[in-house]
Amino acid sequence: MSQHLLVFPILLPMLTALGLLLMGQVPTTLQRRISIISTALLVVLSGVLLVHANSDIINIYNLGNWQAPFGIVLVLDRLSALMVALTAVLALGCILFASAGDDGRGSNFHGIFQLQLLGLNGAFLTGDLFNLFVFFEILLLASYALLMHGGGKARIGAGLHYVVLNLVGSALFIIALGILYGATGTLNMADMGYRIAQMDEANAALVTAGALLLTVVFSLKAAILPLYFWLPSTYASAPAPVAALFAIMTKVGLYALLRVQTLVFSESPAIVYIDNWLWWGGLATLLLAGIGVLAARDLRTLVAYLVLVSVGTLMSGAGMGHISGTGALLYYLVHTTLIAGALFLLAELIGLQRGKAGTRLVRARKIHQPALLGGMFLVGAVAMAGLPPLAGALGKLLLMQAADSAQRL
Amino acid sequence: MELLFSLVIGVLSASGIYLLLRGRTFSIIVGLALLSYAVNLFLVSTGGLHTHSAAVIGASAAPADPLPQALVLTAIVIGFAMSAFMVILAIRARAELGNDHVDGKQGEEGSTR
Repeated sequence: MSQHLLVFPILLPMLTALGLLLMGQVPTTLQRRISIISTALLVVLSGVLLVHANSDIINIYNLGNWQAPFGIVLVLDRLSALMVALTAVLALGCILFASAGDDGRGSNFHGIFQLQLLGLNGAFLTGDLFNLFVFFEILLLASYALLMHGGGKARIGAGLHYVVLNLVGSALFIIALGILYGATGTLNMADMGYRIAQMDEANAALVTAGALLLTVVFSLKAAILPLYFWLPSTYASAPAPVAALFAIMTKVGLYALLRVQTLVFSESPAIVYIDNWLWWGGLATLLLAGIGVLAARDLRTLVAYLVLVSVGTLMSGAGMGHISGTGALLYYLVHTTLIAGALFLLAELIGLQRGKAGTRLVRARKIHQPALLGGMFLVGAVAMAGLPPLAGALGKLLLMQAADSAQRL
Repeated sequence: MELLFSLVIGVLSASGIYLLLRGRTFSIIVGLALLSYAVNLFLVSTGGLHTHSAAVIGASAAPADPLPQALVLTAIVIGFAMSAFMVILAIRARAELGNDHVDGKQGEEGSTR
Protein backbone atom coordinates (compact mmCIF):
# COMPACT_ATOMS: atom_id res chain seq x y z
CA MET A 1 0.00 0.00 0.00
CA SER A 2 2.64 2.46 1.04
CA GLN A 3 4.43 2.29 -2.33
CA HIS A 4 1.21 3.40 -4.02
CA LEU A 5 0.99 6.43 -1.73
CA LEU A 6 2.92 8.50 -4.27
CA VAL A 7 0.18 8.50 -6.86
CA PHE A 8 -2.63 9.58 -4.52
CA PRO A 9 -1.92 13.35 -4.56
CA ILE A 10 -2.71 13.12 -8.29
CA LEU A 11 -5.59 10.64 -8.10
CA LEU A 12 -7.47 12.29 -5.26
CA PRO A 13 -8.03 15.73 -6.90
CA MET A 14 -8.64 14.04 -10.25
CA LEU A 15 -11.42 11.80 -8.95
CA THR A 16 -12.92 14.66 -6.92
CA ALA A 17 -12.85 16.93 -9.96
CA LEU A 18 -14.44 14.30 -12.20
CA GLY A 19 -17.11 13.63 -9.60
CA LEU A 20 -17.86 17.32 -9.12
CA LEU A 21 -17.97 18.05 -12.85
CA LEU A 22 -20.12 15.01 -13.70
CA MET A 23 -22.63 15.68 -10.94
CA GLY A 24 -23.73 18.79 -12.79
CA GLN A 25 -26.30 20.93 -11.04
CA VAL A 26 -26.11 20.01 -7.37
CA PRO A 27 -26.53 22.42 -4.45
CA THR A 28 -23.46 24.59 -3.85
CA THR A 29 -23.25 23.48 -0.21
CA LEU A 30 -22.75 19.86 -1.30
CA GLN A 31 -20.03 20.91 -3.76
CA ARG A 32 -18.33 22.91 -1.03
CA ARG A 33 -18.42 20.01 1.40
CA ILE A 34 -16.95 17.55 -1.10
CA SER A 35 -14.27 20.02 -2.16
CA ILE A 36 -13.27 20.94 1.41
CA ILE A 37 -13.20 17.30 2.56
CA SER A 38 -11.10 16.28 -0.44
CA THR A 39 -8.64 19.14 0.06
CA ALA A 40 -8.40 18.41 3.79
CA LEU A 41 -7.62 14.78 2.91
CA LEU A 42 -4.95 16.11 0.55
CA VAL A 43 -3.38 18.07 3.43
CA VAL A 44 -3.28 14.90 5.57
CA LEU A 45 -1.92 12.88 2.66
CA SER A 46 0.80 15.40 1.91
CA GLY A 47 1.74 15.39 5.60
CA VAL A 48 2.17 11.61 5.45
CA LEU A 49 4.25 11.97 2.27
CA LEU A 50 6.37 14.63 3.94
CA VAL A 51 7.21 12.20 6.76
CA HIS A 52 7.69 9.40 4.22
CA ALA A 53 10.12 11.49 2.16
CA ASN A 54 12.23 12.47 5.14
CA SER A 55 15.08 10.07 4.42
CA ASP A 56 17.96 9.95 1.99
CA ILE A 57 16.12 7.47 -0.21
CA ILE A 58 14.38 9.00 -3.24
CA ASN A 59 11.04 7.26 -3.65
CA ILE A 60 10.14 6.28 -7.19
CA TYR A 61 6.81 5.06 -8.51
CA ASN A 62 6.69 3.36 -11.90
CA LEU A 63 3.31 4.18 -13.44
CA GLY A 64 1.76 1.05 -14.95
CA ASN A 65 4.85 -0.83 -13.69
CA TRP A 66 6.82 0.20 -16.81
CA GLN A 67 10.49 0.34 -15.92
CA ALA A 68 12.29 3.69 -16.06
CA PRO A 69 13.53 5.20 -18.34
CA PHE A 70 10.98 3.67 -20.73
CA GLY A 71 7.93 4.28 -18.58
CA ILE A 72 6.90 7.43 -16.77
CA VAL A 73 8.00 7.72 -13.16
CA LEU A 74 6.76 9.77 -10.25
CA VAL A 75 9.54 10.93 -7.95
CA LEU A 76 9.14 11.86 -4.31
CA ASP A 77 12.02 13.50 -2.54
CA ARG A 78 12.04 16.13 0.19
CA LEU A 79 11.64 18.96 -2.30
CA SER A 80 8.62 17.57 -4.14
CA ALA A 81 6.98 16.48 -0.87
CA LEU A 82 7.45 20.02 0.48
CA MET A 83 5.88 21.58 -2.61
CA VAL A 84 2.90 19.20 -2.55
CA ALA A 85 2.32 19.94 1.13
CA LEU A 86 2.59 23.69 0.54
CA THR A 87 0.07 23.47 -2.32
CA ALA A 88 -2.38 21.50 -0.19
CA VAL A 89 -2.22 23.93 2.75
CA LEU A 90 -2.59 26.98 0.51
CA ALA A 91 -5.44 25.34 -1.43
CA LEU A 92 -7.36 24.51 1.75
CA GLY A 93 -7.23 28.17 2.78
CA CYS A 94 -8.37 29.30 -0.67
CA ILE A 95 -11.25 26.79 -0.76
CA LEU A 96 -12.49 27.88 2.67
CA PHE A 97 -12.34 31.52 1.59
CA ALA A 98 -14.11 30.81 -1.70
CA SER A 99 -16.85 28.88 0.12
CA ALA A 100 -17.92 32.16 1.72
CA GLY A 101 -19.56 33.09 -1.58
CA ASP A 102 -16.97 33.67 -4.31
CA ASP A 103 -17.60 30.20 -5.72
CA GLY A 104 -21.22 30.98 -6.60
CA ARG A 105 -20.44 33.70 -9.15
CA GLY A 106 -19.81 31.22 -11.95
CA SER A 107 -20.34 27.54 -12.53
CA ASN A 108 -18.13 24.60 -11.54
CA PHE A 109 -15.67 26.58 -9.41
CA HIS A 110 -14.84 23.63 -7.17
CA GLY A 111 -14.44 21.09 -9.98
CA ILE A 112 -11.99 23.33 -11.86
CA PHE A 113 -10.18 24.16 -8.63
CA GLN A 114 -9.54 20.45 -8.05
CA LEU A 115 -8.28 20.10 -11.64
CA GLN A 116 -5.84 22.90 -10.89
CA LEU A 117 -4.61 20.97 -7.83
CA LEU A 118 -4.24 17.86 -10.02
CA GLY A 119 -2.00 19.79 -12.41
CA LEU A 120 0.06 21.35 -9.60
CA ASN A 121 0.64 18.08 -7.75
CA GLY A 122 1.46 16.27 -10.99
CA ALA A 123 3.99 18.92 -12.00
CA PHE A 124 5.69 18.64 -8.60
CA LEU A 125 5.80 14.83 -8.57
CA THR A 126 6.67 13.84 -12.12
CA GLY A 127 10.16 12.73 -13.08
CA ASP A 128 9.61 12.91 -16.84
CA LEU A 129 9.98 16.06 -18.94
CA PHE A 130 7.13 15.40 -21.35
CA ASN A 131 4.86 14.44 -18.49
CA LEU A 132 5.81 17.78 -16.92
CA PHE A 133 4.57 19.47 -20.10
CA VAL A 134 1.24 17.58 -19.86
CA PHE A 135 0.73 18.57 -16.22
CA PHE A 136 1.67 22.17 -17.06
CA GLU A 137 -1.07 22.17 -19.68
CA ILE A 138 -3.60 20.75 -17.21
CA LEU A 139 -2.82 23.38 -14.61
CA LEU A 140 -2.79 26.16 -17.20
CA LEU A 141 -6.13 25.18 -18.70
CA ALA A 142 -7.64 25.04 -15.21
CA SER A 143 -6.05 28.39 -14.37
CA TYR A 144 -7.57 30.01 -17.49
CA ALA A 145 -11.01 28.90 -16.38
CA LEU A 146 -10.45 29.96 -12.76
CA LEU A 147 -9.06 33.33 -13.80
CA MET A 148 -12.15 34.09 -15.86
CA HIS A 149 -14.48 32.83 -13.11
CA GLY A 150 -17.26 35.34 -12.68
CA GLY A 151 -16.46 37.19 -15.91
CA GLY A 152 -16.11 40.94 -16.30
CA LYS A 153 -14.23 43.23 -18.66
CA ALA A 154 -10.93 43.46 -16.81
CA ARG A 155 -10.72 39.69 -16.29
CA ILE A 156 -11.44 38.83 -19.93
CA GLY A 157 -8.91 41.39 -21.17
CA ALA A 158 -6.15 40.24 -18.80
CA GLY A 159 -7.12 36.61 -19.39
CA LEU A 160 -6.70 36.96 -23.15
CA HIS A 161 -3.10 38.14 -22.76
CA TYR A 162 -2.37 35.42 -20.21
CA VAL A 163 -3.75 32.64 -22.42
CA VAL A 164 -1.96 33.75 -25.61
CA LEU A 165 1.38 34.17 -23.79
CA ASN A 166 1.11 30.75 -22.22
CA LEU A 167 0.14 29.10 -25.51
CA VAL A 168 3.29 30.54 -27.10
CA GLY A 169 5.20 29.32 -24.03
CA SER A 170 3.80 25.81 -24.57
CA ALA A 171 4.93 25.87 -28.21
CA LEU A 172 8.47 26.78 -27.09
CA PHE A 173 8.29 24.04 -24.43
CA ILE A 174 7.57 21.39 -27.09
CA ILE A 175 10.36 22.67 -29.33
CA ALA A 176 12.80 22.47 -26.39
CA LEU A 177 11.61 18.94 -25.57
CA GLY A 178 12.02 17.93 -29.22
CA ILE A 179 15.59 19.25 -29.33
CA LEU A 180 16.51 17.55 -26.06
CA TYR A 181 14.93 14.24 -27.07
CA GLY A 182 16.65 14.38 -30.45
CA ALA A 183 20.01 15.02 -28.78
CA THR A 184 19.80 12.61 -25.84
CA GLY A 185 17.16 10.02 -26.80
CA THR A 186 15.38 10.10 -23.45
CA LEU A 187 12.80 12.19 -21.62
CA ASN A 188 13.37 10.88 -18.11
CA MET A 189 14.99 13.76 -16.19
CA ALA A 190 17.51 11.70 -14.23
CA ASP A 191 18.44 9.63 -17.29
CA MET A 192 18.79 12.79 -19.39
CA GLY A 193 21.11 14.33 -16.81
CA TYR A 194 23.21 11.14 -16.85
CA ARG A 195 23.39 11.07 -20.65
CA ILE A 196 24.26 14.77 -20.88
CA ALA A 197 27.13 14.22 -18.47
CA GLN A 198 28.47 11.42 -20.74
CA MET A 199 27.84 13.33 -23.95
CA ASP A 200 30.47 14.08 -26.59
CA GLU A 201 31.15 17.57 -27.92
CA ALA A 202 29.10 17.16 -31.12
CA ASN A 203 25.72 17.33 -29.41
CA ALA A 204 26.69 19.86 -26.73
CA ALA A 205 25.51 22.87 -28.74
CA LEU A 206 22.15 21.21 -29.37
CA VAL A 207 21.69 20.44 -25.67
CA THR A 208 22.64 24.01 -24.78
CA ALA A 209 20.03 25.37 -27.18
CA GLY A 210 17.37 23.06 -25.72
CA ALA A 211 18.36 23.91 -22.17
CA LEU A 212 18.16 27.65 -22.76
CA LEU A 213 14.79 27.36 -24.54
CA LEU A 214 13.50 25.38 -21.56
CA THR A 215 14.83 28.10 -19.26
CA VAL A 216 12.91 30.73 -21.23
CA VAL A 217 9.68 28.72 -20.89
CA PHE A 218 10.08 28.24 -17.14
CA SER A 219 11.08 31.90 -16.75
CA LEU A 220 7.77 32.84 -18.36
CA LYS A 221 5.88 30.71 -15.81
CA ALA A 222 8.02 32.00 -12.95
CA ALA A 223 7.75 35.60 -14.27
CA ILE A 224 11.36 36.82 -14.42
CA LEU A 225 12.26 40.19 -15.87
CA PRO A 226 11.53 40.43 -19.54
CA LEU A 227 8.70 37.92 -19.16
CA TYR A 228 6.76 39.20 -16.17
CA PHE A 229 4.58 41.94 -17.65
CA TRP A 230 1.55 39.67 -17.76
CA LEU A 231 1.58 39.02 -14.03
CA PRO A 232 0.41 42.23 -12.29
CA SER A 233 -2.72 42.75 -14.39
CA THR A 234 -3.59 39.04 -14.39
CA TYR A 235 -3.23 38.57 -10.64
CA ALA A 236 -4.88 41.86 -9.81
CA SER A 237 -7.97 41.02 -11.87
CA ALA A 238 -8.37 37.38 -10.74
CA PRO A 239 -10.95 36.55 -8.04
CA ALA A 240 -9.29 36.71 -4.59
CA PRO A 241 -9.16 32.96 -3.75
CA VAL A 242 -7.85 32.25 -7.25
CA ALA A 243 -5.19 34.96 -6.99
CA ALA A 244 -4.16 33.46 -3.64
CA LEU A 245 -3.78 30.02 -5.23
CA PHE A 246 -1.86 31.60 -8.11
CA ALA A 247 0.77 32.58 -5.53
CA ILE A 248 2.03 29.01 -5.99
CA MET A 249 1.89 29.15 -9.80
CA THR A 250 5.05 31.22 -10.15
CA LYS A 251 6.70 28.74 -7.79
CA VAL A 252 5.89 25.91 -10.22
CA GLY A 253 8.12 27.67 -12.75
CA LEU A 254 10.79 28.10 -10.09
CA TYR A 255 10.51 24.44 -9.07
CA ALA A 256 10.86 23.32 -12.70
CA LEU A 257 13.89 25.60 -13.14
CA LEU A 258 15.51 24.21 -9.98
CA ARG A 259 14.88 20.64 -11.15
CA VAL A 260 16.42 21.07 -14.59
CA GLN A 261 19.22 23.25 -13.20
CA THR A 262 20.33 20.78 -10.55
CA LEU A 263 19.32 17.44 -12.07
CA VAL A 264 19.40 17.66 -15.86
CA PHE A 265 21.84 20.36 -16.95
CA SER A 266 24.24 20.48 -13.99
CA GLU A 267 26.96 18.79 -16.08
CA SER A 268 26.26 20.59 -19.36
CA PRO A 269 27.95 23.77 -20.63
CA ALA A 270 24.55 25.51 -20.50
CA ILE A 271 24.61 25.70 -16.71
CA VAL A 272 26.81 28.82 -16.71
CA TYR A 273 24.32 30.71 -18.90
CA ILE A 274 21.36 29.52 -16.83
CA ASP A 275 22.97 30.59 -13.55
CA ASN A 276 23.92 34.00 -14.92
CA TRP A 277 20.46 34.50 -16.42
CA LEU A 278 18.73 33.63 -13.13
CA TRP A 279 21.07 35.77 -11.05
CA TRP A 280 20.94 38.98 -13.12
CA GLY A 281 17.33 38.43 -14.20
CA GLY A 282 16.33 37.85 -10.59
CA LEU A 283 18.07 41.00 -9.36
CA ALA A 284 16.57 43.13 -12.15
CA THR A 285 13.10 41.71 -11.41
CA LEU A 286 13.59 42.58 -7.76
CA LEU A 287 14.47 46.17 -8.64
CA LEU A 288 11.61 46.76 -11.08
CA ALA A 289 9.07 44.97 -8.89
CA GLY A 290 10.12 47.18 -5.99
CA ILE A 291 9.41 50.26 -8.13
CA GLY A 292 6.11 48.64 -9.12
CA VAL A 293 5.12 48.22 -5.47
CA LEU A 294 5.81 51.89 -4.79
CA ALA A 295 3.93 53.01 -7.89
CA ALA A 296 0.86 50.76 -7.47
CA ARG A 297 -2.41 52.64 -7.05
CA ASP A 298 -4.47 49.60 -6.11
CA LEU A 299 -3.91 47.25 -3.18
CA ARG A 300 -4.30 44.15 -5.35
CA THR A 301 -1.79 45.38 -7.93
CA LEU A 302 0.52 46.15 -5.02
CA VAL A 303 0.26 42.58 -3.72
CA ALA A 304 0.82 41.26 -7.26
CA TYR A 305 4.07 43.26 -7.40
CA LEU A 306 4.97 41.84 -3.98
CA VAL A 307 4.66 38.37 -5.54
CA LEU A 308 7.14 39.58 -8.18
CA VAL A 309 9.49 40.83 -5.46
CA SER A 310 9.50 37.35 -3.97
CA VAL A 311 10.05 35.82 -7.42
CA GLY A 312 13.07 38.08 -7.89
CA THR A 313 14.46 37.18 -4.47
CA LEU A 314 14.00 33.46 -5.07
CA MET A 315 15.46 33.59 -8.57
CA SER A 316 18.59 35.36 -7.48
CA GLY A 317 18.90 32.63 -4.83
CA ALA A 318 18.65 29.99 -7.55
CA GLY A 319 21.13 31.92 -9.70
CA MET A 320 23.86 31.62 -7.08
CA GLY A 321 24.33 28.05 -8.29
CA HIS A 322 25.39 27.11 -4.77
CA ILE A 323 23.87 24.66 -2.32
CA SER A 324 23.48 27.25 0.44
CA GLY A 325 21.54 29.53 -1.95
CA THR A 326 19.16 26.72 -2.86
CA GLY A 327 18.60 25.82 0.79
CA ALA A 328 17.89 29.42 1.72
CA LEU A 329 15.47 29.95 -1.15
CA LEU A 330 13.51 26.81 -0.30
CA TYR A 331 13.11 28.06 3.26
CA TYR A 332 12.03 31.49 2.02
CA LEU A 333 9.70 30.02 -0.64
CA VAL A 334 7.29 28.43 1.86
CA HIS A 335 7.06 31.65 3.85
CA THR A 336 6.56 33.98 0.91
CA THR A 337 3.97 31.81 -0.85
CA LEU A 338 1.73 31.61 2.19
CA ILE A 339 2.07 35.31 2.99
CA ALA A 340 1.34 36.38 -0.60
CA GLY A 341 -1.76 34.18 -0.63
CA ALA A 342 -2.92 35.61 2.69
CA LEU A 343 -2.39 39.20 1.50
CA PHE A 344 -4.52 38.60 -1.61
CA LEU A 345 -7.37 37.30 0.57
CA LEU A 346 -6.95 40.17 3.02
CA ALA A 347 -7.00 42.76 0.21
CA GLU A 348 -10.34 41.36 -0.92
CA LEU A 349 -11.78 41.62 2.62
CA ILE A 350 -10.58 45.18 2.97
CA GLY A 351 -11.95 46.09 -0.46
CA LEU A 352 -15.37 44.65 0.41
CA GLN A 353 -15.74 46.96 3.42
CA ARG A 354 -14.78 50.14 1.58
CA GLY A 355 -17.79 50.38 -0.68
CA LYS A 356 -17.21 51.85 -4.11
CA ALA A 357 -13.54 52.65 -3.57
CA GLY A 358 -12.74 48.92 -3.36
CA THR A 359 -9.05 48.22 -3.15
CA ARG A 360 -7.95 51.45 -4.84
CA LEU A 361 -5.54 53.40 -2.68
CA VAL A 362 -7.71 56.47 -2.22
CA ARG A 363 -9.51 58.01 0.76
CA ALA A 364 -12.80 56.18 1.28
CA ARG A 365 -15.34 55.55 4.00
CA LYS A 366 -14.31 53.82 7.21
CA ILE A 367 -14.15 50.03 7.31
CA HIS A 368 -16.23 48.17 9.90
CA GLN A 369 -13.41 46.23 11.53
CA PRO A 370 -10.44 48.60 11.49
CA ALA A 371 -8.61 46.91 14.38
CA LEU A 372 -8.96 43.34 13.09
CA LEU A 373 -8.23 43.94 9.40
CA GLY A 374 -5.62 46.60 10.11
CA GLY A 375 -3.85 44.35 12.58
CA MET A 376 -3.89 41.42 10.19
CA PHE A 377 -2.58 43.61 7.38
CA LEU A 378 0.19 44.88 9.64
CA VAL A 379 1.26 41.32 10.47
CA GLY A 380 1.13 40.34 6.78
CA ALA A 381 3.06 43.39 5.63
CA VAL A 382 5.70 42.95 8.33
CA ALA A 383 6.08 39.29 7.38
CA MET A 384 6.37 40.20 3.70
CA ALA A 385 8.96 42.87 4.42
CA GLY A 386 10.90 40.31 6.46
CA LEU A 387 11.17 42.08 9.81
CA PRO A 388 12.78 40.09 12.63
CA PRO A 389 10.19 38.37 14.83
CA LEU A 390 8.66 36.61 11.83
CA ALA A 391 9.95 33.85 9.58
CA GLY A 392 10.83 36.03 6.57
CA ALA A 393 13.74 37.68 8.37
CA LEU A 394 15.54 34.37 8.77
CA GLY A 395 14.94 33.52 5.10
CA LYS A 396 16.43 36.79 3.92
CA LEU A 397 19.36 36.45 6.31
CA LEU A 398 20.06 32.96 4.95
CA LEU A 399 19.89 34.25 1.38
CA MET A 400 22.31 37.07 2.11
CA GLN A 401 24.74 34.71 3.81
CA ALA A 402 24.47 32.40 0.81
CA ALA A 403 25.20 35.29 -1.55
CA ASP A 404 28.32 35.93 0.47
CA SER A 405 29.51 32.33 0.39
CA ALA A 406 28.62 31.87 -3.30
CA GLN A 407 30.84 34.91 -3.98
CA ARG A 408 28.35 36.43 -6.36
CA LEU A 409 28.66 39.85 -4.79
CA MET B 1 13.53 15.57 -47.93
CA GLU B 2 15.30 17.17 -44.95
CA LEU B 3 15.54 20.48 -46.80
CA LEU B 4 11.87 20.47 -47.76
CA PHE B 5 10.84 19.48 -44.24
CA SER B 6 12.86 22.21 -42.56
CA LEU B 7 11.65 24.78 -45.10
CA VAL B 8 8.04 23.88 -44.33
CA ILE B 9 8.62 24.19 -40.59
CA GLY B 10 10.44 27.48 -41.07
CA VAL B 11 7.75 29.04 -43.27
CA LEU B 12 4.97 27.84 -40.95
CA SER B 13 6.61 29.25 -37.82
CA ALA B 14 7.54 32.52 -39.53
CA SER B 15 3.94 33.04 -40.71
CA GLY B 16 2.67 31.98 -37.28
CA ILE B 17 4.86 34.49 -35.44
CA TYR B 18 3.99 37.26 -37.90
CA LEU B 19 0.26 36.69 -37.36
CA LEU B 20 0.77 36.38 -33.60
CA LEU B 21 2.15 39.92 -33.48
CA ARG B 22 -0.98 41.42 -35.08
CA GLY B 23 -3.49 43.32 -32.98
CA ARG B 24 -6.68 41.34 -33.68
CA THR B 25 -7.72 38.15 -31.96
CA PHE B 26 -8.62 36.38 -35.21
CA SER B 27 -5.13 36.67 -36.70
CA ILE B 28 -3.65 35.64 -33.35
CA ILE B 29 -5.71 32.45 -33.34
CA VAL B 30 -4.62 31.62 -36.89
CA GLY B 31 -1.05 32.43 -35.92
CA LEU B 32 -1.20 30.12 -32.90
CA ALA B 33 -2.62 27.34 -35.08
CA LEU B 34 0.20 27.72 -37.65
CA LEU B 35 2.78 27.80 -34.88
CA SER B 36 1.41 24.61 -33.35
CA TYR B 37 1.51 22.88 -36.78
CA ALA B 38 5.15 23.86 -37.09
CA VAL B 39 5.90 22.60 -33.59
CA ASN B 40 4.15 19.28 -34.20
CA LEU B 41 6.05 18.73 -37.46
CA PHE B 42 9.28 19.53 -35.65
CA LEU B 43 8.43 17.01 -32.94
CA VAL B 44 7.83 14.28 -35.55
CA SER B 45 11.27 14.93 -36.99
CA THR B 46 13.10 14.41 -33.67
CA GLY B 47 13.05 10.64 -34.14
CA GLY B 48 14.78 11.05 -37.51
CA LEU B 49 13.11 11.30 -40.92
CA HIS B 50 12.48 7.92 -42.56
CA THR B 51 10.13 6.67 -45.24
CA HIS B 52 8.61 3.18 -45.36
CA SER B 53 9.43 2.32 -41.78
CA ALA B 54 6.60 1.48 -39.43
CA ALA B 55 7.02 1.90 -35.70
CA VAL B 56 6.61 -1.86 -35.20
CA ILE B 57 9.50 -4.25 -34.65
CA GLY B 58 9.61 -6.83 -37.43
CA ALA B 59 7.26 -4.99 -39.79
CA SER B 60 10.11 -3.26 -41.60
CA ALA B 61 13.88 -3.53 -41.79
CA ALA B 62 14.56 -0.40 -39.75
CA PRO B 63 11.63 0.40 -37.45
CA ALA B 64 10.98 4.08 -36.72
CA ASP B 65 11.17 5.52 -33.20
CA PRO B 66 7.61 5.26 -31.80
CA LEU B 67 8.09 7.79 -29.00
CA PRO B 68 7.97 11.01 -31.10
CA GLN B 69 4.79 9.70 -32.69
CA ALA B 70 3.21 9.20 -29.29
CA LEU B 71 4.44 12.63 -28.17
CA VAL B 72 3.08 14.39 -31.22
CA LEU B 73 -0.28 12.71 -30.75
CA THR B 74 -0.43 14.08 -27.20
CA ALA B 75 0.70 17.50 -28.39
CA ILE B 76 -1.98 17.55 -31.12
CA VAL B 77 -4.74 16.66 -28.66
CA ILE B 78 -3.63 19.32 -26.20
CA GLY B 79 -3.18 21.88 -28.99
CA PHE B 80 -6.67 21.14 -30.28
CA ALA B 81 -8.23 21.68 -26.86
CA MET B 82 -6.28 24.92 -26.42
CA SER B 83 -7.37 26.21 -29.84
CA ALA B 84 -11.01 25.48 -29.03
CA PHE B 85 -10.66 27.31 -25.72
CA MET B 86 -8.93 30.24 -27.40
CA VAL B 87 -11.70 30.60 -30.02
CA ILE B 88 -14.40 30.65 -27.32
CA LEU B 89 -12.38 33.14 -25.29
CA ALA B 90 -11.95 35.40 -28.32
CA ILE B 91 -15.70 35.37 -28.99
CA ARG B 92 -16.33 36.14 -25.32
CA ALA B 93 -13.81 38.98 -25.41
CA ARG B 94 -15.45 40.35 -28.56
CA ALA B 95 -18.79 40.37 -26.76
CA GLU B 96 -17.51 41.85 -23.48
CA LEU B 97 -15.07 44.42 -24.81
CA GLY B 98 -17.10 45.45 -27.86
CA ASN B 99 -14.33 44.87 -30.42
CA ASP B 100 -11.73 42.29 -31.36
CA HIS B 101 -8.57 44.21 -30.50
CA VAL B 102 -6.37 42.41 -27.98
CA ASP B 103 -6.16 45.44 -25.70
CA GLY B 104 -9.91 45.93 -25.86
CA LYS B 105 -9.75 49.27 -27.65
CA GLN B 106 -9.92 50.34 -31.28
CA GLY B 107 -6.27 51.27 -31.67
CA GLU B 108 -4.81 52.97 -34.69
CA GLU B 109 -1.80 50.65 -34.68
CA GLY B 110 -2.42 47.06 -35.69
CA SER B 111 -5.67 47.92 -37.44
CA THR B 112 -4.13 48.06 -40.89
CA ARG B 113 -5.38 45.27 -43.09
